[in-house]
Amino acid sequence: MSTATGTPGTGTASVDPGAGEPPALEVEDLVMHFGSVRAVDGISMRIDRGRVMALVGESGSGKSTVGRCIVRLLEPTSGTVRLAGTDVTSLSRRRLRPHRRDVSIVFQDPASSLDPRLTVGDIVGEPLRLLGGDRSRGARARRVGDVLEQVGLRRQVAERYPHEMSGGQRQRVSIARALVSSPRLLIADEPTSALDVSVQASVLNLLADLQRDLGFACLFITHDLSAVEYLADDVAVMYLGQLVEQGTRAQVFDSPRMPYTQALLSAAPLADPREQRSRRRVLLTGDIPSPVDPPAGCRFHTRCPVAVERCRSEVPALRLVAGRRVACHLVADDGTGPDVRLLGTEGPPHPAPPAGAGRP
Amino acid sequence: MTGTQLGAAGAGTDGVDGPGRGTPVLTVRDLSVGFTTEDGTVSAVDAVSFDVWPGEVLAVVGESGCGKSVTAMSLSGLLPRAARVTGSVLLEGTELVGAGDRRLRRIRGDDIAYIFQEPMTSLNPVFTVGRQIIEVLRLHQGMSRRQAADRAVELLTLVGIPSPARRVGEYPHQLSGGMRQRVMIAMALACDPKVLVADEPTTALDVTVQAAILDLLRDLGRRLGTAIVLITHDLGVVADIADRVVVMYAGRVVETAPTEDLFDTPRHHYTTGLLGAVPTAGRRASNGRLQEIPGLVPVLSEQPDACTFADRCPAASDRCRASRPPLAPETTDRTVHRFACWHPAGHRADLAAEPPVDHQERP
Repeated sequence: MSTATGTPGTGTASVDPGAGEPPALEVEDLVMHFGSVRAVDGISMRIDRGRVMALVGESGSGKSTVGRCIVRLLEPTSGTVRLAGTDVTSLSRRRLRPHRRDVSIVFQDPASSLDPRLTVGDIVGEPLRLLGGDRSRGARARRVGDVLEQVGLRRQVAERYPHEMSGGQRQRVSIARALVSSPRLLIADEPTSALDVSVQASVLNLLADLQRDLGFACLFITHDLSAVEYLADDVAVMYLGQLVEQGTRAQVFDSPRMPYTQALLSAAPLADPREQRSRRRVLLTGDIPSPVDPPAGCRFHTRCPVAVERCRSEVPALRLVAGRRVACHLVADDGTGPDVRLLGTEGPPHPAPPAGAGRP
Repeated sequence: MTGTQLGAAGAGTDGVDGPGRGTPVLTVRDLSVGFTTEDGTVSAVDAVSFDVWPGEVLAVVGESGCGKSVTAMSLSGLLPRAARVTGSVLLEGTELVGAGDRRLRRIRGDDIAYIFQEPMTSLNPVFTVGRQIIEVLRLHQGMSRRQAADRAVELLTLVGIPSPARRVGEYPHQLSGGMRQRVMIAMALACDPKVLVADEPTTALDVTVQAAILDLLRDLGRRLGTAIVLITHDLGVVADIADRVVVMYAGRVVETAPTEDLFDTPRHHYTTGLLGAVPTAGRRASNGRLQEIPGLVPVLSEQPDACTFADRCPAASDRCRASRPPLAPETTDRTVHRFACWHPAGHRADLAAEPPVDHQERP
């Protein structure tokens, strides 16, 4: 279980001792700069087969860029991406093609990621056609029908066009297209963020079912922490282009060590008024600094309520601490460290309605 | 008391919606909005009624297309001319529905202020933020340039913008999203409005920034007595700052209650569905899945004689399809909980026992 977090420091190229097979995804020192914008600045992670890892962070953290680099929609500035043991960063586009089957991506907004001129059947079948393989037209159509059923749609929707469907159905089509080539890794980039709450629930349920039934590994990129809690086995937290904490869901959610993780978790409002109004919260000052000129030392130090001098000058390494990886000078090797939530206010100043309110 | 009480609740000791002190600042009764199209009139908001009290945060929640934003815009005549608005919106006794443009413009500046989801579209990119606030103050408050400039800095201080004296000279693009939203709130507060309508004010913001903006809004209500009508789809935001909640579905109010009552004992099945759909520890259905609401929001059309949720409701009967349930009050010793349902749900503890729904959407 905890092997999913990999070994710090050393490359994560070592073969997973448990499975005897290389992990679904290994990312090593991934860097993606857009001119002077350092969107991703040295990220290493690995996802074992069949695991769901959530990559969380706020806008500008670089989480979506990581996903796009993995599927090579973006050519990373440097670093290595291995899919099932194969280094795909060094392959030419042509030699990459057979490996494209191994990884698929689902985007946030199905309205803009589905070609409006194609039928659903063409959209879902397109990867099969482009990736070649030995399928005849009829076999492709059968596979498309099967995968449409897997995502909870009827086979007949293959004849329809995206605009004839609801947002939730269109996202099911996107998922069908991503899964039609039976990838070992699914990148889901904010797959429910453009959907209404009730539709979000059905898409999250679907992803959970498919992942359990088909066993693919998944990188679930999201800012929605409640969805992470529902879907993910492991959680990686990004801030300004770097990983700051990574561990199992329970480790990160129940006992976050990095002050940024603690602040992030405490800032996301819980849909429970009593709990929400009684918990300790830490309010960060300011906004995420610009990735053009990230702060020296720990990138979080400008907003961190417990930063010390060392944090301003020395970059903290992402190191293994008590079974998870943390990048913070203030966390000791035994895992003890500050909890910035204890500095926070004990719930907002929200008086309960006075007794007898409503009585004249 | 201004206006009529909702339903029977006005009768003596039944209790009232809201804090029950003083009078509501805004009283909305039977507000309906229809849009005239080539295919006839489309109903967007259907007989909506609620009160807003000074200093309270009233959340209006629902999914896209439920009419919550149209309701917010119609409060002060912000809708296009094609919209047909009927019913009554009383601002401290003054009728706003049907009021003239000049009067409404005055009211929008002085008494009802708005903030929207994306502050960049509401700020003028070619003027400094200071100039934009000063303009509002001179126009609506009749201040001198000097007075207005001083007040602008005060307002930026009030909304928690660091080094406000410097920030007044900056342009919107020089500010982060969170800072822009603070500027919008400062502009909205410039004329000391009685009602602040905040339409998805934090939806475009990151959670750490959202938390700060929500704290700011809550604090403003407390300190200045501003009533806040918060339009949102986010139940976490509702749980965080709302005093009372109005749940809308397909243009109608289906449930309204004090926040804790609503989350503890949702009675309308749309509300139970919404609450069950949010993944929160300990609130999953017994089978470990999120609750789903099958089907789609119906096309907003006149359905005068039915519950608009009936087609998606696990408890619907023939009665629901034949007659529209009224928004009836259920009064406890302290609060009024209203819901429009013939077969209301019981306590949350019972919800886990409901059978899981088929997740296949109707094509």
